[in-house]
Amino acid sequence: MNIQGENKTQNRILSLLPLWIVIGIFMIGPLLVMAVVSLMESNVYGGVHFKFSLSGYRQILFDTNLFDEIEFNPAYLIIIARSFMLALAATFLSLLIGFPAAYFISRQSDRVKNILIFLVTIPFWTNLLIRTFAWIIILGKGGVIESSFNFFGLLDEESSLNLMYTNSAILIGLVYSYLPLMVLPIYASMEKMDLRLLEAATDLYSNRIELIRKIILPLSMPGIIGGSILVFVPCLGAFIAPDLLGGGKKLLLGSLIQFQFSYARNWPFGAAMAMFLLALVILVLIFNARLNRKHREYANQK
Amino acid sequence: MQTKNKKTKFRYVWNFPGFGGWTAIFFGFLYIPIFILVCYSFNSSKFAMIWTGFSFRWYAKLFSNDDIQTATINSFIVAFAAAPLATIIATFSALALVRGGEFRFREFSSGLITLPLMVPEIVTAVATLIFFASLGINLGLINVIIAHTVFCIPFAFMPIKAALEAMDPNLELAARDLYSDKTSTFKTITLPLLTPGILSGFMLAFVISIDDFIITLMVAGGGATTLPVYIYSMVKMGVSPEVNAVSSLMLAFSIFIVTLYWFFNRKIKN
Repeated sequence: MNIQGENKTQNRILSLLPLWIVIGIFMIGPLLVMAVVSLMESNVYGGVHFKFSLSGYRQILFDTNLFDEIEFNPAYLIIIARSFMLALAATFLSLLIGFPAAYFISRQSDRVKNILIFLVTIPFWTNLLIRTFAWIIILGKGGVIESSFNFFGLLDEESSLNLMYTNSAILIGLVYSYLPLMVLPIYASMEKMDLRLLEAATDLYSNRIELIRKIILPLSMPGIIGGSILVFVPCLGAFIAPDLLGGGKKLLLGSLIQFQFSYARNWPFGAAMAMFLLALVILVLIFNARLNRKHREYANQK
Repeated sequence: MQTKNKKTKFRYVWNFPGFGGWTAIFFGFLYIPIFILVCYSFNSSKFAMIWTGFSFRWYAKLFSNDDIQTATINSFIVAFAAAPLATIIATFSALALVRGGEFRFREFSSGLITLPLMVPEIVTAVATLIFFASLGINLGLINVIIAHTVFCIPFAFMPIKAALEAMDPNLELAARDLYSDKTSTFKTITLPLLTPGILSGFMLAFVISIDDFIITLMVAGGGATTLPVYIYSMVKMGVSPEVNAVSSLMLAFSIFIVTLYWFFNRKIKN
């Protein structure tokens, strides 16, 4: 018995070893190296000087002016705030668009439900870059929207609506990118909902708005929270939408980080920004875990 | 009369007016941009935005573009290396985590699997770039393959885990009762029953690898350009009908694999 037990432990460890090695070396390893790089001095040619320095983090808030004095520089704070606002707005819009759709899908017959959910997941599996690029054709100068405005005589040939390179264009791109991630968890929690509750409430003279507010919303709360996090987190670090639809003019956290490694060549600052983003995401995930636990405790009490 | 009236109202309780229309708009929002992109790839005009007529001209042009062909081959090399690697790692992990009962590294190991999903893509991309650069590892496509293997693991893992959980453990016990040893039980019972799950995991990992852009953009050096990275550089130079054509082909390819996966899974369930 004992021998068999040892054997079993050995087997488990053997079969988990490849996972530990690959994720340990090539996922946790890079994150640790990045943490170290964020604490070093930058090298003008890219790469780093091996000398401890907090300049990467200091640069998020302060700048050195011509006279070598340290000055408060709100430029990056503005970018962080903009990322936050856009991610929040995208999450809220996705919820607004996705919630009724998730509900409608969850009330269909099994066959229809499966097909519709499959249609929701398809965009998730297709290339995000290409899907975002499709919006350039729609929003861009002389694109689908402008040419249809032309066609109906609402816009003359020379002028442009200037839809691209705006916060709204980025917002559309973000919602479009991550909308399926909002719908799927909400759908999952609605599918399990007991319909008799709705009947009972209607029998007790509830109207439709009360049905949504007092039954459907509370019961789908785990899905709403889950979906919001699945949308909010990638929006916070989004790179494609701000880069293609914001034209690189409206920097967000994601594009700012990428910029430090492609053009600006300030690795410690880029690494510090990436650490900051990672910390934000971890905070969001901890918050989510807390909410989930509370929800479970509440459900257990009942 | 009154009961009948009440009955129709009763059935209507969980159907909200306007939700159907809203869902139609929702699907329109998801699919119309893709549809427009595909339509424009058949545009004969040299200017991507102006419609002049139907033509296959840009698709034909793809076949004479060496850069696109190299990038496509690179994409397939990476996906055909990373997806099987990720699938193998995911299969062994799933076997240990689902069949292994409670043990010390359980939580830790499942945490490791979901880690690539938790960390924002741009952070993973930048961290991997720094990692390879500071260690001086510059192996071209192999760097890309390693990076892809890491983030493909959770996607390969999900369907395999689901298949294992759905499998009746009594079948394995029965085989053991009938004096089949561990290896042959695994070979004749577990593995054949698990094959559909493993194939599903492979397909998802493959699609995720083929479609990845941000991590590849940061990790791939010169000569290791994959198709999405090449498309990005084309888009950055300006929208051309050729981009539309190659993008439409990529979309069609991903949709094809995922549809295959769906039908495949539905067959298993039945």
